[in-house]
Amino acid sequence: MDKTFAARRRRDLIIAAVLAGLAALAPLFIKDVYVQNILILTLMYAALSQSWNILSGYCGQISLGHALYFGIGAYTTELLFTKFGVLPWFGMLAGGVIAAIIAMGLGYPFFRLRGHYFVIATIVIAEIGLLLFQNWEWAGAAMGITIPVRGDSWLKFQFMRSKLPYFYFALVLCSLAWFVTWWLEDSKWGFWWRAVKDNPEAAESLGVVVFNSKMGAAAVSAFLVAIGGAFYAQFLAYIDPESVMGFQFSLLMALPAVLGGIGTLWGPVLGAAILIPMTELTRSYIGGSGRGVDLIVYGALIVAISLALPQGLVSLFSRTKAKGATR
Amino acid sequence: MTALLETRGVWQRFGGLVANSDVSISVGRGEIVGLIGPNGAGKSTLFNLIAGVLPPTQGTIWFDGEDVTALPAAERCQRGVGRTFQVVKSFETMTVIDNVIVGALVRNTVMREARRKAHAVLEFTGLAARANVLASDLVPAEKRRLEVARALATEPKLLLLDEVLTGLTPTEAQTGVALVRKVRDAGITVLMVEHVMEIVMPLVDRAIVLDLGKVLVEGKPTEVVRDPKVISAYLGDRHAVGA
Repeated sequence: MDKTFAARRRRDLIIAAVLAGLAALAPLFIKDVYVQNILILTLMYAALSQSWNILSGYCGQISLGHALYFGIGAYTTELLFTKFGVLPWFGMLAGGVIAAIIAMGLGYPFFRLRGHYFVIATIVIAEIGLLLFQNWEWAGAAMGITIPVRGDSWLKFQFMRSKLPYFYFALVLCSLAWFVTWWLEDSKWGFWWRAVKDNPEAAESLGVVVFNSKMGAAAVSAFLVAIGGAFYAQFLAYIDPESVMGFQFSLLMALPAVLGGIGTLWGPVLGAAILIPMTELTRSYIGGSGRGVDLIVYGALIVAISLALPQGLVSLFSRTKAKGATR
Repeated sequence: MTALLETRGVWQRFGGLVANSDVSISVGRGEIVGLIGPNGAGKSTLFNLIAGVLPPTQGTIWFDGEDVTALPAAERCQRGVGRTFQVVKSFETMTVIDNVIVGALVRNTVMREARRKAHAVLEFTGLAARANVLASDLVPAEKRRLEVARALATEPKLLLLDEVLTGLTPTEAQTGVALVRKVRDAGITVLMVEHVMEIVMPLVDRAIVLDLGKVLVEGKPTEVVRDPKVISAYLGDRHAVGA
């Protein structure tokens, strides 16, 4: 029994390594910048969704306000860079730490809320964050920040001539988020989180401090999302509140996980691999103002998934589920 | 030697309703104590107070020589209070073994050890064959058993069983009784709330009868069932006079 469990964990790790290896080779065959762009965004959203999944999927605290942490990562990096000349790599880490601290600060009052009330609180807080940044003169207010071009370099983490370095960073970030999830899944925290999601009262009776578990999940989740935000800011080379903290980011972190399988190891990656290219393609084929159309596609997908496969697409591959269903 | 568990003058009020009034009970090490009484007697409330789900309005709770009144449920579990729930609260999306691992993690921080411990507990409780099944796929009797297994995995000194034998078929109940005996033989003190008198009375060393939030009678099961006060509480005064 233990053997099959260990074997499954090892198999997941091998599959991930193979996929990451294949992805790393993709640029050899894909030269089209537009397609490369889609790949970069897909990897980034896979990473973000994987991070979102830690708090909302495993620990069951559904957040629709993760755009806040994304924006904090982006702003911390760029403010430190443009105002104090701090290298983006340090800014990235600082953004992660600040986002984690803010996540815990917000968790302190909000983890007392349950279900829909918690979700509403996360939306409201992210909107407040957006408004604050829109009015914060020092941080560029609604005008945003343009990142000064200093030439292509890994040190400054900016590249004008080629998108490939961004691609590799996104791949590393995605692998990291996956690996962290994989590692946490078979740890004390992973078990605590799932217990908290399923039944907080029972978890508490088994020695799980529910509140601390939620705080831990929030911190890890926010940290990783902020790293993604810092990356995105460097990638765009220009940020304003709406383009790094808008509500659509909260949605785009949640949807891949929901589509692929919420609270599962592979769900976010699978969901992002389907959803993000589809979004980009509908946008480009249906035309400039296609913004509404991709939302219609999301909506239709989510309805279809929740009706046909409430556990997400990964349940098609899952054996436990099939075995369980016979009983 | 002091008692393992003691409640001293415990009161619990919910608004105008007094669920427990001045309840003082004690449970000695190695005992199986039955907590019985008609519906609404305050048994479950007392259980929740002992497990730390809510603090008593008044009074203190002592466990293993310490005042634990102010401690939350998770900390009481860490000190050795394990419990089951009257309405089963399995972790439905997790497998049986994973459910038990959550409990085992209280005393084993290394995953491999927690997993080993969980397997041992599943053997002990007769659930080993169901280890990799989702908890949501268990039949009700198995879910009850899983509640016990999960609590046992925390290596409690005191196990609180809340109606684990209620609603089972006679055969299932007998297996349950055997399990409770086995638990006690493993050195764990048991305090159990139970409705089914004919099952619980031969099992317990001592019975405490609650009625209207108060301790009505306390003593050996054979004495308790004959006590006119108990009969009247369950069946009404008319029957008590006959006894």
